[in-house]
Amino acid sequence: MSKVRVSVGTRKGAFFLTSDGTRKNWNVSGPHFAGWEIYHVKGSPVDPNRLYASQTSGWFGQIIQRSDDGGKTWMQPGTPPGETTTPEGMPKAESNKFVYDVSPETGKPLTTHQFYDGTQHPWEFKRVWHLEPSLTDPDTVYAGVEDAALFRTTDGGKSWHELSGLRGHGTGPRWQPGAGGMCLHTIVLDPKDPGRIYIAISAAGAFRTDDGGKTWQPINQGLKSQYIPDPNAEVGHCVHRIAKHPSSRNVLFMQKHWDVMRSNNGGDSWQEVSGNLPTDFGFVIDVHAHEPETIFVVPIKSDYEHFPPDGKLRVYRSRTGGNEWEALTKGLPQSDCYVNVLRDAMAVDSLDSCGVYFGTTGGQVYASADAGDSWAPIVRDLPAVLSVEVQTLP
Amino acid sequence: MIRVVLPPHLRALAHVDGEVQVEVAGPATQRSILDAIEVRYPMLRGTIRDHVTQERRAFLRFFVCQEDWSLEPPDAPLPDAVSSGAEPFLVIGAIAGG
Repeated sequence: MSKVRVSVGTRKGAFFLTSDGTRKNWNVSGPHFAGWEIYHVKGSPVDPNRLYASQTSGWFGQIIQRSDDGGKTWMQPGTPPGETTTPEGMPKAESNKFVYDVSPETGKPLTTHQFYDGTQHPWEFKRVWHLEPSLTDPDTVYAGVEDAALFRTTDGGKSWHELSGLRGHGTGPRWQPGAGGMCLHTIVLDPKDPGRIYIAISAAGAFRTDDGGKTWQPINQGLKSQYIPDPNAEVGHCVHRIAKHPSSRNVLFMQKHWDVMRSNNGGDSWQEVSGNLPTDFGFVIDVHAHEPETIFVVPIKSDYEHFPPDGKLRVYRSRTGGNEWEALTKGLPQSDCYVNVLRDAMAVDSLDSCGVYFGTTGGQVYASADAGDSWAPIVRDLPAVLSVEVQTLP
Repeated sequence: MIRVVLPPHLRALAHVDGEVQVEVAGPATQRSILDAIEVRYPMLRGTIRDHVTQERRAFLRFFVCQEDWSLEPPDAPLPDAVSSGAEPFLVIGAIAGG
């Protein structure tokens, strides 16, 4: 029987929740990296036991952790225990070294971005928000970082190099941080086209490459953001999350700061599909594993009231690719619930009956084994959940 | 042998318990001690000093003989008590919480 492994990143460590395919009884492992912020943990689609974790701290900076045994043991790539130096005695570890590219002509910073006060500001590395393992190579991983940039490793996390065509394509000086920082938080790889990658940045918008990361273009046409001076600007939109079904060539779904959006042409243009949602503010959005037109969101009241409307935690499902939404409430608290669900904290498994999972800032991780019809908490009292990923294991 | 006291999180990363000890060629300074720490425990590179600028991370300070050396030049010789091992070199993180 198949199994599932849910990887949960929290404010104070990582947890792994495992179950068989019935998804009724769960084993909870953790905390791993206790006391550290774990922004994201994700496994390789090629090698399910290869996991990567982003471990960060305001005190000690960024750490990248890797497991080759499904999360039982961990190491910082390039520094396995007992093998801390090269034969020449030189330090090896550069797994946490994220250095922005500079201009090859001048040797100066590639670009600057707009700071909160409107002045231009240099890029400064803060942390890794999102790790996206390659669909074909367990040693290749993309990292979305703050300040916004895309990095890639091709040696299993030992070293990271920027795909600087993204920052260098020309709109960088108009990017600006949201209150949570200027972060590249979404990376979507296209299984049908290895050269195509979608990314999203708060608050710059969505971008696409069709040549594996060398060149990039903004894909924000159709987004309307009333909170910026030009609501239809080419960049400056606060995109919260993009989701795509693996089988879809060009259909994308987006939860923006406000508005749920859909694109039928790979992001070249977007249409609003918020429909009858009680509020179209939110962070997460995901697609059913087997139904490309079935999508899930968790509406949040507003950009200054980060909790569900009316104290009712409701997942909304559309079976029509947007516009028509139904509230899913069975098993979810329907009174006095004031948690948030952050952008990386929803995932789906690929079992026959699609499982849906999400985590809250209140430390609950909810699971549905029937595509959202009913829910139950796997755990109730973790630290605030930052990210949820799930792997379907043989 | 120079004694170094690391914060608990860094001891966990380095897979050590308690104090660590390093040898330093020449005079003991902040830089020479931290260089030696990073050679012996390369997983700590970038966690005490920035990878590129080599500047002390903002929430950390260095203490010796109950004195704050954080703002002293990194190549300033430390007291003999550090070189002799009588006193440890302390890496201390800002107190969490409020």
